[in-house]
Amino acid sequence: MKAKQLRSFIAAAMMLASGQAAAVDITGAGASFVHPIISRWSATFAEETGHRVNYQSIGSGGGIAQIKAGTVDFGASDMPLDTAALDEHGLVQFPEVIGGIVPALNVAGIEPGTLVLDGPTLARVFMGEITRWNDPALVALNRDVALPDAAITVVHRSDGSGTTFNFSDYLGKVSPEWKEKVGRGTVVKWPVGIGGKGNEGVSAYVRQMPNSIGYVEYAFAVQNKLGYARMKNAAGKVVAPDTASFQAAAATADWAHAEHFNLLMTNAPGAEAWPITATSWVILHRQPKNPANGKVVLDFFRWAFEHGREQAIELDYVPLPPALVTQIEAYWKAEIRQ
Amino acid sequence: MAASPYLRRRLANLAALAASAAATAIGLAFLGWILWVTVQRGLGALGPALFTGITAYGAEGGLANAIVGSLMMDVMALLIATPIGVLAGTWLAEYARRSRLGAVVRFLNDILLSAPSIVLGLFVYMIVVLPMSNWTGGRVSFSGVAGAIALALIALPVIVRTTDEMLQLVPGTLREAALSLGIPSWKVTVQVLMRAASSGIVTGVLLALARLAGETAPLLFTAFGNNFMAIDPLDKMASLPVAIYQYTNDPAPALHAIAWAGALLITGFVLLLGLAARGLLARHKVAHD
Amino acid sequence: MSSPIAIATRAIDLRSRADARHDAWFRWLLASCGLLVLAALLGAALATLWGGREVLFGHGFAFLTSAEWNPVSGEYGALAPVYGTLVTSLVALLLAVPVAFGIAMFLTEIAPAWMRAPVASAIELLASIPSIIYGMWGLFVFVPFMARVEPAISATLGRLPLVGGLFQGPPIGLGLLTAGIVLAVMILPFICAVMREVFQAVPVRLRESAYALGATTWEVVWHIVLPYTRGAVVGGIFLGLGRALGETMAVTFVLGNSYAITGSLLMPGTSISSAIANEFNEAVGTHRSALIALGFLLFVVTFVVLLVARLMLRRLARREGA
Repeated sequence: MKAKQLRSFIAAAMMLASGQAAAVDITGAGASFVHPIISRWSATFAEETGHRVNYQSIGSGGGIAQIKAGTVDFGASDMPLDTAALDEHGLVQFPEVIGGIVPALNVAGIEPGTLVLDGPTLARVFMGEITRWNDPALVALNRDVALPDAAITVVHRSDGSGTTFNFSDYLGKVSPEWKEKVGRGTVVKWPVGIGGKGNEGVSAYVRQMPNSIGYVEYAFAVQNKLGYARMKNAAGKVVAPDTASFQAAAATADWAHAEHFNLLMTNAPGAEAWPITATSWVILHRQPKNPANGKVVLDFFRWAFEHGREQAIELDYVPLPPALVTQIEAYWKAEIRQ
Repeated sequence: MAASPYLRRRLANLAALAASAAATAIGLAFLGWILWVTVQRGLGALGPALFTGITAYGAEGGLANAIVGSLMMDVMALLIATPIGVLAGTWLAEYARRSRLGAVVRFLNDILLSAPSIVLGLFVYMIVVLPMSNWTGGRVSFSGVAGAIALALIALPVIVRTTDEMLQLVPGTLREAALSLGIPSWKVTVQVLMRAASSGIVTGVLLALARLAGETAPLLFTAFGNNFMAIDPLDKMASLPVAIYQYTNDPAPALHAIAWAGALLITGFVLLLGLAARGLLARHKVAHD
Repeated sequence: MSSPIAIATRAIDLRSRADARHDAWFRWLLASCGLLVLAALLGAALATLWGGREVLFGHGFAFLTSAEWNPVSGEYGALAPVYGTLVTSLVALLLAVPVAFGIAMFLTEIAPAWMRAPVASAIELLASIPSIIYGMWGLFVFVPFMARVEPAISATLGRLPLVGGLFQGPPIGLGLLTAGIVLAVMILPFICAVMREVFQAVPVRLRESAYALGATTWEVVWHIVLPYTRGAVVGGIFLGLGRALGETMAVTFVLGNSYAITGSLLMPGTSISSAIANEFNEAVGTHRSALIALGFLLFVVTFVVLLVARLMLRRLARREGA
């Protein structure tokens, strides 16, 4: 019975694969930051065109490594590569979506979005200097929240991560001590805490462990009903993470003058701006090793920019502004051999 | 009053007996705990969607592509490992039983049996995935074939060992009787001895399959993963253990449920194989006693 | 002109020559398959040595002694993962050996005959459960359990002099102790199977003589059976150790993935195998070389441990045969 079911399923799958003569399978790998949205896009794209985009969430570090090694058709990273690194490996990059990184927490009695943090305090928590939830520094920011007398469990990433890159970049901008002791990178030397693999792993640990705090892409916090904090931004205003505050941060970005779209939007100046807003980039070979696949990669993202906006908003990402999309398409024409 | 030495000895004995029974209870309790959790949580998510949906759809999908990928890679691995393993085991039992080289190979085979599987994954990455990627300009890199080769390295020592042991059980009289008829020794080996030991050899293959079914670590850098149904063995391929690994790492409870169902499938499969192997072995022993 | 007899002899001669040739080919085929086993083991060692050469030869001994693992600054020291691997394996042995011994004693000396085979099979089942399932069970079931138990452990064992420091820390459930316990359950059946097998092999007359002198069951096991089987028991323990050192999936989920060397078993750590599993797909250049070098290290250490195990076990087998 099972065998028969399986056989009919294989037959169906083969029909699907051969039915559309031009159906192409492509593989992408990298940032877990964008895993939810790329999976959603890929499922719809497969239904509409027959082309299948297999995206593996292995972390931005993994995305960069695999595209350099040429084992995947595209990499995804929320850490941009600089021009020298791109040229060295014959790569190009462009943004595909914007999102926000939020401090995610699991403390009984604290509802999502009630806790308030500022950059320096967050840095001290992740440096292990603030070890309890009722620390005076946290109490001072949260007069009306009942903070428990419990030890804080810090959760960070165990893999090379663009989320970590943006998070540590932000903390370095607001805390000189962080900049000096920990620094910035896809992996940093964490003074405390346990490591989860991917945004998935960090969310899973935060969800499972009482009194923990981590940092994840906003969609992961919302989808998994994690607690999250509001942040005091560069303008000194407390803002909640949502599409509006991410958009406010994104609006400050000067894409037109960024070479290979290399810019970060952490600690953005606007009054409504979410301080840890991040972009995720797609990285490709300037001359695709497999031209047919390379074309489908561009088709996929062209389709996503046009038809995937709704899905992005549903998952609390910020779709790219139209002007940026136009700029990206011009960039493709100029940089990629098609 | 001081206890007599006799009483002290009795008490020490009693304490040891109690501790020994407690140890057994602890061992059984862990087995019961793990199996119970797997069955209880796995049954809840077992349904037709598990076998028809694919991982691209996450919680709305199933594990069909992972199941097919696992079956394909397991079968390919056995196709590679079985002939090599059976022939190598035959060599050990029939031609190198007393030679020094045979002793070394038998010894190293036992070590390969418990070598860390993640290192075998690294090995296959270096000798299969990287060269493939270089030759084909990146068109083929991680693949079902690479995964199958890594799994074959795990199956090989199991098959070698059982073949060796089973052939050694074949009575010498059978060998001598066949040789005395003037049959060439290779024919004796293949048509008489291997046939006599066949159920034992099949047991080895079943045991090897049971080992493969749950292997995760060697597949991470060889088969990679695929959210869609892949039939081409040169394509990146999903597998049940890797899908379970990814879903376990995810925060979504709906994915955990699917992972438990997958875990139940693997555990059930492995236990069934174990039973089948045991049954075959019992029959084999009876036939030779 | 040749007689029919001569033709027949020549035909037979030809056939036996062909047979001899086929026999030789067959032998070569078999031998080359046998040598393939050797090649696989040697290949794995050489490939990891080659892949890790940059770090192994470039950094030399510093690779082993440095606790710094920082892909951003390009510093790679193996100390933290090596420490985690050794500590978890030791914890596993400390827990699994007495329990395995207890079970083996129960199954060979105490249990009624009808109970022995089913209980032995049940314990062996622990060995056939795939490690990924130990990992799931560990993360979803055992970690929350440990998180509830750990405050009690800190409050009791943590107060002891000398060893107290081993049991202090936040009760997060993840960590070296949890990983050690999960490993202990996994290696228990391997150690137990060896012990049971060799206990059974103790000559009946030895055992019976001791009983006849009035020895208790415990005294027979402790003074007769164990000394008689010591070598093989050590072999079985090393076999379990070899398993524990190389285990990946079960440990990755419950260890906490933190490159810190801490004195407490309740704190998170990392291990060689989980570092490879977590980071290999994202590693390039020196980072990749460092991970492969870790793989080489693991391979060599487990090889030596398993070598000792097999030598110990073989010595017993030979004595039995004699």
